Amino acid sequence: MPWQNNGEGGGDRPSGADGGEPSAETPAKKPENRPVNPWGEGPPRRPMGKPGPGRGGDFDDLIRRSQERLKTQFGGGNGGGAGGGFDIGDGRWLMWAGGAIVAAWVVLSSFYSVDAQSAAVVQRFGAYVGTTGPGVHFKLPWPIDAVELRKVEQINIIDISSSEGANENLMLTGDQNIINLAYTVRWKIRNPENFLYELSDPEKTVREVAESAMRAEISRASLNDALGPQRAQIADRVRERMEELLDSYRSGVEVRGVDIKQADPPAAIDGSFKDVSAAQQDAQQYLNRARTYAQALVAKAQGDAAGFDAVYAQYRLAPEVTRKRMYLETMEKVLAKVEKTVVDAPGVAPYLPLPEVRRRSAIAAAEPAPTTAQSQR
Amino acid sequence: MATLTRNPAILAGLGFALVVLAMSSFYTVPETQQAVVLRLGKPERIVNEYDPKAKLGETGAGLTMKVPFIEDVRFIDKRIMDLDIDAQTVLSTDQLRLVVDAFARFRIVNPQRMVETVGTEQNAADALKRILASKLRNELGKQPFAALLSPERGQLMDEIQSTVNSQAKQYGAEIVDVRIKRADLPSGPPLEAAYARMASARQQEAATIRAQGNKQAQLVQAEADASAARIYADSFGKDPEFYAFYRAMQAYRTTFEDGTATVILGPNNEFLREFEGRRGNR
Repeated sequence: MPWQNNGEGGGDRPSGADGGEPSAETPAKKPENRPVNPWGEGPPRRPMGKPGPGRGGDFDDLIRRSQERLKTQFGGGNGGGAGGGFDIGDGRWLMWAGGAIVAAWVVLSSFYSVDAQSAAVVQRFGAYVGTTGPGVHFKLPWPIDAVELRKVEQINIIDISSSEGANENLMLTGDQNIINLAYTVRWKIRNPENFLYELSDPEKTVREVAESAMRAEISRASLNDALGPQRAQIADRVRERMEELLDSYRSGVEVRGVDIKQADPPAAIDGSFKDVSAAQQDAQQYLNRARTYAQALVAKAQGDAAGFDAVYAQYRLAPEVTRKRMYLETMEKVLAKVEKTVVDAPGVAPYLPLPEVRRRSAIAAAEPAPTTAQSQR
Repeated sequence: MATLTRNPAILAGLGFALVVLAMSSFYTVPETQQAVVLRLGKPERIVNEYDPKAKLGETGAGLTMKVPFIEDVRFIDKRIMDLDIDAQTVLSTDQLRLVVDAFARFRIVNPQRMVETVGTEQNAADALKRILASKLRNELGKQPFAALLSPERGQLMDEIQSTVNSQAKQYGAEIVDVRIKRADLPSGPPLEAAYARMASARQQEAATIRAQGNKQAQLVQAEADASAARIYADSFGKDPEFYAFYRAMQAYRTTFEDGTATVILGPNNEFLREFEGRRGNR
């Protein structure tokens, strides 16, 4: 038996030599976890009715059958040594070799290791014995005790985004609207023995329970709630509902969380929904524009009023002079730029050829004007 | 030992017989299965029968003996199993169609009855499926559309479960749970109509929002106009005559700013008052 123990490092300890899962039966499948076991049998849950043949008096018989198996399994290509020995007929040598193999197998299948993420459910002839945590543990050798490993620390994620066939996951809300919902469910195994023994298809059950719970909750919410503010609460209630249901099945499943990834109106009418948010933007824009106008207007009014108040305060001190000064200053400024015609006699203004005056003043821009019109520029 | 080794054929035959005997008198019952032992085809006893109160590890699972050759073992699943009911189109009392996809969970609680009546779990599941589908259609068809969506449908499901359970007992099964997985509008006209309704509701909402925005904007502007007027009145009302003058001065400055106007000034113009150097015209 040391020939197998030598080759095993820390992580390569023998685990579940019986091969709890059918997939692990073939030695080549997972050589780092499973010891090489030429006696790879069917899963132990199959009613084999073989009460450990190696323990009775018919040891010879066992050896013989072992050899026959060896021959059928290794006889093809790489079994040269064993096959040759059998041909020679050295029964004693074969007996020792066979005995050694059987002993090694018994020892190796008496230990199993559980990695940090997992828990092991130990079954004796199919009956539940106990659940063990991480580490190396002892058990009875293979056909008696079998171990099933389940990842109890691993968080599994179910992604429910669209039902089969459709690319949308449509649901009816409480106000008879339709919403397109995508969400994920995070769950893990809380109780591996219940997980193994209570449900025939736990993964599918979790999924169906999630769908049912989500739809039940959505059918209680209004569309606007489901689209926006109530999402977190809905997800939380879905989680509670799922836990409740799964507990009622004694499924051994713990729901860690439900996350609504996406809650949208159906694509067919997405445009109308977008128009609502566009309308909100528009309304905001109208308001902003109005506020801008209002601020500018009020500021201008305040500025004008303040200017008037300041001037008025000065005006009150010396009304006559201030008024005169303001008038003259303004006129000075105004008349400095414009064409001016001073008419000495009253009442002639209507007869003045105004366009003529204007043209002449344009010519007079270069030379001094000789007439009554006095141009400046 | 010596005689036996000389006659390997006898040894092998004996061993083989032993193994066959052992195999036909021992069998293991896994935790997930219930075993019905049939003696010459007639159910004799049940091993590891479902018992809600049994603790794990104390159930009847494990290595068990039977009488070889005359007793036969049939294994029946002990776990909760799925019952996926095909989607049903239900017509509510207010003539609306709804596609209902339900699922149920069941468990064989009386394996002997099950073996006697339907034989296999699959047959039991099929029978239950048929019963449930028609029951669902009938019960849901008695409801108005709103009730199908409402929370009360949980109660409805409980009723369906209990009535179906009485029939399930005949097959040794128990319905653990009946639930509506999905209740959707059928595609085609009903769905289109719902979409159209939703879209029009949104259009209405959008129009309302825009109108409200406009209204508020107008309110803000009007308020600003009012407060500007108030500010002006407060300030200018102190001396309306002077304001008229002051404002006129400002207006002159801005209107004649570009310098294109032609001004004809009469001799009596205030601005030309001092032009002729007269005094005493004050």
